[in-house]
Amino acid sequence: MTPPERSREIRASTRRAADLVLTTAPFERASLTTPQIMREVLVAALLVLALSCWFFGLAALLIVGAAAAGAAGTEWVATRNGIGTSLGDYSALTTGVLLGLTLPPVLPLWMAFLGGVVAIGLGKLVWGGLGQNLFNPALVGRAFLQAAFPTALTTWANPRGLEGFFDLPPSLLALPLFRAEVDAVSAATPLGLAKFEHEITDLGALLVGNTAGSLGETSAALLAVCGLWLALRRIFDWRLPLAMLISVGALSGALFLANPASSPPPLFMLLSGGLLFAAVFMVTDPVTTPSTPGGAWIFGAGVGGLVVLIRLFGGLPEGVMYSILLMNALTPHVERHTQRRPFGGSR
Amino acid sequence: MSAAMQLAERTRSFHGGVHPDDHKAATCALPIERMPFVERYLLPLAQHIGAPSRPVVKVGEDVQRGQTIAEPGGFVSVALHAPVTGRVTAIDLRLHPNGTMVPTIEIATDPYSSQRFARTDPVDPASLGRDEMLSRLQNGGLVGLGGAAFPSHVKLRVPEDRRVRVVVINGCECEPYLTCDHRLMLERPEAVLRGAQILAVQVGAEEICVGVESNKADAIVALRRVAAPGTTVVPLAVKYPQGAEKLLIDAIFERKVPTGGLPLDIGILVNSVGTSVALADLFDEGIPLTERVVTVTGPAVARPRNVLVPLGTPLRALLDHCGGLLPQATQVVLGGPMMGMAQKSLDVPVLKGTSGLLCLDRSAPAPAVELPCIRCGRCVEACPMLLNPARLAQLAKADRFEEMEERYHLTSCFECAACSFVCPSRIPLVQWIRVGKTMLRKRRSS
Repeated sequence: MTPPERSREIRASTRRAADLVLTTAPFERASLTTPQIMREVLVAALLVLALSCWFFGLAALLIVGAAAAGAAGTEWVATRNGIGTSLGDYSALTTGVLLGLTLPPVLPLWMAFLGGVVAIGLGKLVWGGLGQNLFNPALVGRAFLQAAFPTALTTWANPRGLEGFFDLPPSLLALPLFRAEVDAVSAATPLGLAKFEHEITDLGALLVGNTAGSLGETSAALLAVCGLWLALRRIFDWRLPLAMLISVGALSGALFLANPASSPPPLFMLLSGGLLFAAVFMVTDPVTTPSTPGGAWIFGAGVGGLVVLIRLFGGLPEGVMYSILLMNALTPHVERHTQRRPFGGSR
Repeated sequence: MSAAMQLAERTRSFHGGVHPDDHKAATCALPIERMPFVERYLLPLAQHIGAPSRPVVKVGEDVQRGQTIAEPGGFVSVALHAPVTGRVTAIDLRLHPNGTMVPTIEIATDPYSSQRFARTDPVDPASLGRDEMLSRLQNGGLVGLGGAAFPSHVKLRVPEDRRVRVVVINGCECEPYLTCDHRLMLERPEAVLRGAQILAVQVGAEEICVGVESNKADAIVALRRVAAPGTTVVPLAVKYPQGAEKLLIDAIFERKVPTGGLPLDIGILVNSVGTSVALADLFDEGIPLTERVVTVTGPAVARPRNVLVPLGTPLRALLDHCGGLLPQATQVVLGGPMMGMAQKSLDVPVLKGTSGLLCLDRSAPAPAVELPCIRCGRCVEACPMLLNPARLAQLAKADRFEEMEERYHLTSCFECAACSFVCPSRIPLVQWIRVGKTMLRKRRSS
């Protein structure tokens, strides 16, 4: 284009204003979007899944896949309309994968799928969809499974390593509502050992993840890396997991000092069970936790306190799920009472 | 000691805020240039906060540049002056940049005039009594040039029971893209400080403080070079909205203006760099407010620049002067990108409060689809007034406007839009807050 033509074109466009777009300020936006936040959490969860496959073989992938399919399928069926579905915000998929990672490695696939359906249906959609639910949807799904299939949800297996990657436990393929053949030797989790046998698992094994347990709660080291990564990328509010860890460490430390014989050491409490997995992936759910900084500290500390109480004084070896669900119920109240004083003013 | 080291001494700030890209590189090194006169000028009678001005000229009357064409229409109102020598061709309703139709004086430029200013004699403001000084401000058309256009004589009327200790000049220019104040501090540092000194003498303040964001190191050096004893230039952290009056005071003095109060309540008076220069020109040169510096910039204008523009210049003429709007332009915004106002028509004029003319293209974030709030709390972290924007928006959508004010301090919000900026779900939070304010006013007045 020659210069005169170019300048004529520019002149012409200055004359034309009919197609200027009217919107309100601001005209600049930060780049991070909600689907991106969900995607980053999903990627971190998939890293955990990869390690889980190393320990538990193809079964890990199939169980998480079944839960994710249940979750995403339910979201798709319920929200599809002429324009599209809300699957594109990645939140249903994330919920499904996170639910899958809280399940035992020998769980029948149909149960995992059903868990996904309940997580999204009962945990999220009946409340009004993304952002409206009071309770963590993945944990609602897990709580349902725990109530409906208590035996299956507490049947564990020891990690086998890569040999026999393709060997599936027979229980995995059980038909819905038929009794699963339990030929797998049920293994004890470190928390079960601590509670019922007073046996403290080696911390090195907990760090690597070479222990029995849910798919995602295995390697403390990998979970710590994922948590640090997400916190540094400002994907979640770092106060929530930090408050939870401090609270568990402090409370179990105090109990350990008071009575070393019957209380497990604080480091064991921090590294075992679903605690770190929940700290990185569950208490950091923005929807079901307070959005005020003060509320985040209270929420995290409350979860930590309840975990220690349930683990040491309750009937169950593990208490992370119920602790979070209980605190979820308090979130609106915590938030209401932790509003900050406005700039330069009084309440 | 290098300038960078001096700046490292202390860069203070406030709690919250956001860090948008500053986009200032296109114009921050371009000297201010004067815009040639164009054929006609449009002067809306309402370009300041308060009552509109009252015209004192008739259609067909000849006016000289600098002559009063409208007088103050009340106490909170200022005069308006002809930006050009020419003839009044119409006084009727025209489109205002705020989207309403407003009585407007149209002046056709006399092409044969020398465009000499009808200036009054310079006067030493220290020799004037308080009321005389304030009425000169009002009749000189002086308003805050930072954007709000609040009449200066009202701001300067300090009640008997208050004492101003410090005059603060606001040189933050925290809005992205804008560089007009930066250039004024570089090119006319004496005028900036002279205006501050006039203010200090008038209100009896013993100290002058200029707050400048540390990304304008050259402006800090320029101001310090001409600063008299008793004047300090304070580098501040680069963060939006550092230039908001209360946050500026918080950053410099670590003192908070009480909720619902004014800086005056803690003995501080804040004025912008542009206002300070206009004040110096009014008394030392005898010229009323008839022109201002506007940054014309953005990816969709051919030649971005800082222009000294006669008030009333139509945007179309200003854009032509800057090489024109590029074909890919999608939005034209008056002011900065965080608090500015999009325009539908290019026939609206530059006003006293116009600091920038942004030409944005498709690369600027489009009005994206809104997703549900995931309660992530990013808006809560960003809010410099420590409010809960997500909750406020939720209440506004539910028609619970009274609760917005009673429990969530709606009126503390000064609409900086930091919440909308960070929201990952692209919820127009600040817009919902504006809705809440408007509806609450309506309900309370009925």
